[in-house]
Amino acid sequence: MTSLAEIPEGGHARVLKLRSSGALKQRLLDMGIGRGTILTVERYAPLRDPIQIRVKDYSLALRVAEGRQIEVEKILP
Amino acid sequence: MYRIAVAGNPNSGKSCLFNNLTGAMQRVGNYPGVTVEFAVALSRFGDEDIELIDLPGAYSLSAYSHDELVARDCLLKEKPDLIINVVDASNLERNLYLTVQLMELRRPMLVALNMVDLAERKGRHVDAAHLGELLGLKVIPTIANKEKGLEDLKNACVDTLAKGLLPKPVYYGHVLEEVLPRFEAALLPAIPPGHEAFSLRWTALRLLEDDPLFKKEAEGWPQRGALTDALNEARSFIVRHCGEDAATAVTEARYAIAAGAARDCIAMSEKTRMDISHKIDTVFCNRLAGPLLLCAVVYGLFAGVFKIAGEWTWLPLFDGTWTSPMGLMERFFSLLAGHIETHVSNLLLRSLLNDGIIGGVGGVLSFVPLIFFMFFFISALEDSGYIARVAFILDRVLRCFGLQGKSILSLIVSGGLGGGGCAVPGILAARTLREEKDRLVTIIVAPMMNCGAKLPVYAMLIGAFFSQARGAAMFFLWALSWFFALVAAWGLRKWVIKGEQTPFVMELPPYHLPTIRGMLLHSWSNTWMYLKKAGTIILGVSLLVWALMYFPVPDQRSLAAERAKIQAQCGGSDDCELMLSKIDAQMAQDHLRHSYAGQIGTWLSKISFLAGFDWKENIALLGGFAAKELIVGTMGTAYAMGNADANETSLSSRLAADPSWSPLRAFAFMVFVMLYAPCLATIAVIKTETNSWRWPFFALAFNTAFAFLAAMLVYQAGCLLGF
Repeated sequence: MTSLAEIPEGGHARVLKLRSSGALKQRLLDMGIGRGTILTVERYAPLRDPIQIRVKDYSLALRVAEGRQIEVEKILP
Repeated sequence: MYRIAVAGNPNSGKSCLFNNLTGAMQRVGNYPGVTVEFAVALSRFGDEDIELIDLPGAYSLSAYSHDELVARDCLLKEKPDLIINVVDASNLERNLYLTVQLMELRRPMLVALNMVDLAERKGRHVDAAHLGELLGLKVIPTIANKEKGLEDLKNACVDTLAKGLLPKPVYYGHVLEEVLPRFEAALLPAIPPGHEAFSLRWTALRLLEDDPLFKKEAEGWPQRGALTDALNEARSFIVRHCGEDAATAVTEARYAIAAGAARDCIAMSEKTRMDISHKIDTVFCNRLAGPLLLCAVVYGLFAGVFKIAGEWTWLPLFDGTWTSPMGLMERFFSLLAGHIETHVSNLLLRSLLNDGIIGGVGGVLSFVPLIFFMFFFISALEDSGYIARVAFILDRVLRCFGLQGKSILSLIVSGGLGGGGCAVPGILAARTLREEKDRLVTIIVAPMMNCGAKLPVYAMLIGAFFSQARGAAMFFLWALSWFFALVAAWGLRKWVIKGEQTPFVMELPPYHLPTIRGMLLHSWSNTWMYLKKAGTIILGVSLLVWALMYFPVPDQRSLAAERAKIQAQCGGSDDCELMLSKIDAQMAQDHLRHSYAGQIGTWLSKISFLAGFDWKENIALLGGFAAKELIVGTMGTAYAMGNADANETSLSSRLAADPSWSPLRAFAFMVFVMLYAPCLATIAVIKTETNSWRWPFFALAFNTAFAFLAAMLVYQAGCLLGF
């Protein structure tokens, strides 16, 4: 099982499942992160947390703890 | 008159469009019970009178975020005649997700396809007409910051209003379309009469999604049993056929529509250029350069606010000299006070005018330059998109204390750099925090920073007791203020303003060049709001504080008689002047001591001795509640220093020579001054920013208790250790 928090800078991934529920899950879904969404890890913040990702043509920041709730598979660009 | 709501994602140029549609004639609406404000303005589209409402930016209408809740509530309860949905053409898919949700409301609406120029630059051409056909509503391309397309938009509004054009019904895919009619049939009889505020479909979707607010409401409906059964049946049907819960299935269906429409309408041009924001981020969010640039920007904000408003003399005066905006205010009020001093002979009236009214009005107005420039620079940071990067870089550090990356701006403006600052603009800067709890904690601890008005107290006491290590002592107080503020924030988040931190899922919007017009409009309207809302509170309470310090007027006939005797005996010799000023000082001390404030101060010394304060400090601290600038002066009066020499240096040497004072007592006093109740202006701003009296009173009580605890610990520990 890979989570978004394990994808290195510059890596690409496809979302398989959101493990969270409630507010976080709805928020992620609202921001366009759902099953099948393809995203790129742009960078980590200076202290390795939060993560900046690129999804649906825009940039999004989320915390590592939240990234762990997103199950992904690595893909090639 | 028609009412039009402007809805859209944050950073879609919504407010810019709103400003350009209405001009500067805005007022700020405040949704009852919450602190999110939205602007309301009147305008004319063609022959129609229009009231425009600028809703808070929202990514969705789900009930989880504060702003989104307000936007949704406003749409549902105010029932605007038309919704203008501002859509960022350069970020079409995610923006259309909100469009789909707005279409679900089944109200007349149209889309302002904004920032088409930006989209073109990114190599994306959006076919507005085709998008309009797909969604069944008018789509008008606009470039709000260049005022393009606004006339077309107004005409389209009038047309849509006249025809009452509704958007197409949303198609949710075959699974949901199969289950929804069944569920709606069961739902219809369960809805109590008078609840048909919104469409049946909308209600059905919200219940399926397990929307917390709707669920609560539905608990009171009749036929709950049947409704619950129907709900469970529909939900399990969806899980069986979609493999996900209903909320996810509905959201995915909406995104499927948004994605489909975006794919259909965007023509990618050959030269898809790399995003310029991406390039800027590689520098500004870089592991090394990012924090350094952040320091520079934050320092720039601080310097920009306080230097331009108060230090640099750049405003010309009639007599050929130059002054700063704050200097101008000061000059005006001291001129006025001088006139009153010479022309008003009645003592009570003179004191009321000078200390009460001018003190109060001056207190209100002296913040205006600071607030104006603070909003000016903060809106530059917000509009440019940099503020999200501040949150990104600092989140990890401040999260430990229950704060957020953006809290840093409040803390710095409040005095976090150690060289002055002010909590009033600092608290207003906390508006950039969208999460209510983080914002509250920031607001309560920001006044613990060392603002400019506390510095004279430190300077006076350091001069008296720590003069061999001035720099080190100042640095120590600076570090201490951060320590206490962060500890207080941590404690508040743990025990008082509890609850999980809201998910930090934040857009890093593309960088924009902010427009001067937008920045000025923003600063002006917010400064005006401060004057109207906080100004009246500050003026009222500062009159009250004045009265506490003036009344009751003691019987000073014997002192006055003595004064008259001395005056009669000698001419204008220096000795005589000295004696007269001594008597004046004694009278002022006597007056202050017997005033209500003095009585309170004396009474409080029964407790305050634990931290080493007697009535003189207590009274100065009471005066300091009106404005911290008054602490040194009030102490001077309490120590019977004449008006002429009630300044820092003479008070400083007076205290240094006083056997009852020690470095320990001075230190405990400085700790208390650092942390205790925010000044009146700050309290007034906390009231207006939280829109309740609960938090200003909490700040008053909590900060004072916290300060007393800290000062008492310092003093008692010091006594035990033999200092």
